[in-house]
Amino acid sequence: MIFDKYFLFFTNIVYTFTLPNQNRGIAQRMIVLENINKTYYNGAPLHVLKGINLEIHRGELVSIMGASGSGKSTLLNILGILDDYDSGSYYLNGQLIRHLSETQAAAARNKMIGYIFQSFNLINYKNALENVALPLYYQGVSRRKRNAEALEYLDRLGLRDWAHHMPNEMSGGQKQRVAIARALINKPQIILADEPTGALDSVTSQEVMDLLRQVNNTGMTIVCVTHERSIAEQTDKIIHIKDGIISSTETLTL
Amino acid sequence: MRELLLEIWTSIRKNKLRTFLTGFSVAWGIFMLVILLGSGNGLKNGVMSNFGNQAVNTIILQGGLTSTPYAGYDKWRHIELGNRDMELLHNEFPEVDQIAANVWLNEITISYGREYLTNTSIVGITPANVEMEGQVLLTGRFINETDLAQQRKVILLDKSASEVLFFGADPVGKAVKLNNISFTVIGVYDRIQKSYNSTCNIPLSTAQLIFKANSPYVDRIVFSVNEITTDQQMETFEKRLRNRLAAEHKFSPTDESALWIFNRMENYKDTMFIFNGISIFIWIIGLGTLLAGVVGVSNIMLVTVQERTFEFGIRKALGAKPSSVIRLILTESVLITAAFGYIGMVLGVFTMELVNKILSSMPTTGEHQFNMFLNPTLNLSVAVSATIVLVIAGLIAGYVPARRAAQLKTIDALRYNK
Repeated sequence: MIFDKYFLFFTNIVYTFTLPNQNRGIAQRMIVLENINKTYYNGAPLHVLKGINLEIHRGELVSIMGASGSGKSTLLNILGILDDYDSGSYYLNGQLIRHLSETQAAAARNKMIGYIFQSFNLINYKNALENVALPLYYQGVSRRKRNAEALEYLDRLGLRDWAHHMPNEMSGGQKQRVAIARALINKPQIILADEPTGALDSVTSQEVMDLLRQVNNTGMTIVCVTHERSIAEQTDKIIHIKDGIISSTETLTL
Repeated sequence: MRELLLEIWTSIRKNKLRTFLTGFSVAWGIFMLVILLGSGNGLKNGVMSNFGNQAVNTIILQGGLTSTPYAGYDKWRHIELGNRDMELLHNEFPEVDQIAANVWLNEITISYGREYLTNTSIVGITPANVEMEGQVLLTGRFINETDLAQQRKVILLDKSASEVLFFGADPVGKAVKLNNISFTVIGVYDRIQKSYNSTCNIPLSTAQLIFKANSPYVDRIVFSVNEITTDQQMETFEKRLRNRLAAEHKFSPTDESALWIFNRMENYKDTMFIFNGISIFIWIIGLGTLLAGVVGVSNIMLVTVQERTFEFGIRKALGAKPSSVIRLILTESVLITAAFGYIGMVLGVFTMELVNKILSSMPTTGEHQFNMFLNPTLNLSVAVSATIVLVIAGLIAGYVPARRAAQLKTIDALRYNK
């Protein structure tokens, strides 16, 4: 745990000061993807990502759109260090993320990434408070401290009264807000949202998007995968993916 | 560690059925093992207690017929043991401890007043007989050395003879007649091993004097030995004994039929052999039960891990390392098996103690009886080690699926069961 902390700290310094000139600005660029390729080998080889080049700056709220099978979920999984890629480079906040072991990946996820899933992915036998506090458990924070912090985040999302309720006692919108609190609690570099409104009605979807915008306004970088145009239009930039490559990028002005 | 335990406690509390099923298979395995081994011990203790008073290290000598001519004597000669042989045993064989001898007198009628018993066996004995035959005194006293030295006309009745002649009245001090010769009753005895015949005892010397025309012969010599523990020692001793008595009675040392040597140690050892067999059998069944428990635990661990793979996926996405997932599963497995194993052990030991208590509080008829079951308890260390074995088995059973779940890619785990 401590070793990982120093390791990340150390590599950050190394990257900031020793990278070649063209990568100097990498610290301002939160996500840098260079020619990312990914092939799945389930039976016939399936070339899902065919050379993705992408930059996302600190504090941006970006959406990724594409038809199913376009590779947008794979891209998000790679961004979230849930999956590895075959070739290319991925820099997250200046740190090269490549071929990490499960242990290293777990530590990186714990410190740098917050997830919001379509189906919320809350642990069903833990109440809202315990679910939100879980990332801090894996940082070795004591129970009392992490519960206090979790309660603060729930309060911020208007769920203080629901802290001791089980996920199955809450509505979809409430569950997604719990998931957002959980994504925020470890103070990540980026938040990755995979169809965050996919399981919600339009009113609740709008509430969630408003929440994401609020979070973004605090300076958080957010990448959101969606197939709904109306959701994507509320972000700063839409990245269109088609057949494993970025087909176009729209910059939106609000 | 405290954090880990709290985390596990949450999971156990919220998954009561799963916890109960795992725990039950463990508790049941240990419970059955304790019951089984305890019962085996009970059976063994019960049967062993019947050897109780009967000296197990006794040897019986009985004269036979020579089967070969030897030293000028023809074959088919009777070898008769006598008082001289008892002295010889006493003086020349340091291993020999107590010596008893019997003279059997047949077709004697015992009578008291108008009551009589015909065809009873009257046995002339020495005091050492009591211990070797496993006799229990009901009233009065046993025959002693003074009776023997003074050739007293005293008789020790057995229980059935006493009942027939005296109808339950105290016979001590009364005079009974053996073929019209008056004997004073000194006591009544009973035997652990029942016999259908009534066998009353009188001093050996009196029997020889009155009923055998003062001949020094005895029908049987029974003696106990000390310091003989192994088969080999016993064999050497028997050989030396046979050679010495062959020289004394002038028969061939290789003539087996001239002198019969019955060794009760052999008998005891045969019984012990059977019991060791039963013990091994019980242990095999016990280990089988334990194995069934282990299989049950492994099975449930396998299902549990499979069921929780998605949860582990979430945990890993949130930063759980593979090692922390394994630690979570194994600690839970060990806690459950240890706790429920302990419960099963306590219940098993408690049940056996209860059976023991009921058995020992059952009213006995005041006489010694043949026991089948006694003190069915188990060495606690056996129960504890069985529990430890099961805990370790649970650990191994949990480790294999835990490792697989932990090594599964997070993204695959998140898609699991969906």
